[in-house]
Amino acid sequence: MSNPDIAIRAEGLVKHFKDIKAVDGVDLSVPAGTVYGVLGPNGAGKTTTVRMLATLLRPDAGTATVFGHDIVSDPAAVRTQVSLTGQYASMDEDLTGLENLVLLSRLYGYSKPAARSRASDLLEAFGLTFAAGKQAKAYSGGMRRRLDIAASIIITPKLLFLDEPTTGLDPRSRNQVWDVIRTIVGEGTTVLLTTQYLEEADQLASRIAVIDTGKVIAEGTPGQLKSSVGAGSIKLRLHHTDQRDHARQVLADALGAEVELDDDPVALTALLPPGQDTAAQGSHALGELSREGILVDDFSLGQPSLDEVFLSLTERTDA
Amino acid sequence: MAITDTQTRTDAEAPAPVEKERLRRLLAAGERPAPPSAFASARAFAWRSMLKIKHVPEQLSDILIFPIMMLLMFTYLFGGAIAGGTGDYLQFLLPGIMVMSIVMTTMYTGMSVNIDIHKGVSDRFRTLPIWRAAPMVGYLLADVFRYAAAGAIMFGTGMVMGYRPDGGADGVLLGVALLLVFCFSFSWLWTWLGLITRSEKTVMSISMSILFPLTFLSNVMVDPSTMPGWLQPVVENTPISQLVDGVRGLFDGTADSGAIVTTLIWSAGFILVFGTLTVRAYNRR
Repeated sequence: MSNPDIAIRAEGLVKHFKDIKAVDGVDLSVPAGTVYGVLGPNGAGKTTTVRMLATLLRPDAGTATVFGHDIVSDPAAVRTQVSLTGQYASMDEDLTGLENLVLLSRLYGYSKPAARSRASDLLEAFGLTFAAGKQAKAYSGGMRRRLDIAASIIITPKLLFLDEPTTGLDPRSRNQVWDVIRTIVGEGTTVLLTTQYLEEADQLASRIAVIDTGKVIAEGTPGQLKSSVGAGSIKLRLHHTDQRDHARQVLADALGAEVELDDDPVALTALLPPGQDTAAQGSHALGELSREGILVDDFSLGQPSLDEVFLSLTERTDA
Repeated sequence: MAITDTQTRTDAEAPAPVEKERLRRLLAAGERPAPPSAFASARAFAWRSMLKIKHVPEQLSDILIFPIMMLLMFTYLFGGAIAGGTGDYLQFLLPGIMVMSIVMTTMYTGMSVNIDIHKGVSDRFRTLPIWRAAPMVGYLLADVFRYAAAGAIMFGTGMVMGYRPDGGADGVLLGVALLLVFCFSFSWLWTWLGLITRSEKTVMSISMSILFPLTFLSNVMVDPSTMPGWLQPVVENTPISQLVDGVRGLFDGTADSGAIVTTLIWSAGFILVFGTLTVRAYNRR
């Protein structure tokens, strides 16, 4: 009955808290062995969805299976397959890093000496040996994340939930976490990653579900999503304020693009239509502008931002 | 002119980079030990509580100082008025005040459960494939250790003050054992409360409003025969009075088997009802 190539199958998951529909009918199909991104702003329902799939919350309606095990009728079987790194550090703050990992290793069934050696090995692999004897509350944000992820792979899980693993991290720690995620997936674990950043989903995920107000509003590969929104944008800062209207006209004609005037009186943004080569369009636009004698101070090509993805997707569903 | 020596500082406080190769090997090992038994997982949680005592020893002070305070206060405050002398009163009071102060400290369990459940760490425990009651049983096992410590300290203080048990060492050990069994069982009320209430403050105020009447309306400090007739049957039959009768009898060498059996039945009842409610509340969160 269960398909081994599908890690998670969810149909119509619903969870209400009082009058708030936190999750309002989420369908997901997560292929095994990949990173699946769940992208959405704060309060979109990402964490609630993850908590239901990880057997921490019971859905009000809908069904879901994890590797064929029903999350409601057989949560114990689900728990043998998954581990969760929550949005907030899921470590005992009073215990040291080593004690935390030894405790969890014991709870996974390791004998006392085996638990100690597994815990030290993990600390070493995550570059935390120097802090093994420090209480977890003394760890920096990046170190906590690592300890958290280390705890999640004490036993290599078949499915790992990572709930906003890089929110609040500096770029260096974020890159380290990305490397860890890639390594974990490389060894065959399926990862369900929630994030607020399109870039993160783009870097790591093979498929992405965009979620807003408790519903999946788009699903596909990162490329599909981006092209559904638009090829990207060209941002310009002009030298003279009074040339802006002229520049707007030139860009609209040359690119067939929608051009928005920014709040900054010298700045404007051209949103490229889908399916176009952003780089080629950019140089074309610059050529046209210089021929018209418009002086450009700053010029940049942008990928669609998460804001743009959302704006475009929610506009479409509203229409 | 001095040359400034610019050194590259090696920062021992910064985490080393993640070692991908080592990580890969750890992941690939794919070792899956057999899941721990119910008892082994409870014991692991008890170890966690003991570590917390080691790292935050202050939490032990409440539990150890409060009982001594109670013993000194009530002996010297009421001794003269109730028994005409502190010596005789201590002989009557010690088993009861030991029950009272240790039963009162059981409410800390509910507060710890409540604090835990509002932190991410309980999410991790709840996604582990282990016996569902293990975290609670672990707490209670460690707490029983604390109660035993508190009991020993109270008993020692009592001996210094002149208390002598007629029941001998056996009687005292059995009496303390009965008290610990009751506290372990009674605490399931608090674990349940800790799980279903919003904050630790709520846990505290509810526990207080249960514990105060329950422990004061008892035979701990005075003989119930001095109370109004309508109150006596109520006071004599609360689980605390039964427990005090049981412990006092064992300490005095006049074991009251009726009170001991009743206490054990109350204990079984607490585990059955509030243990079930606790596990249910834990699963539903």
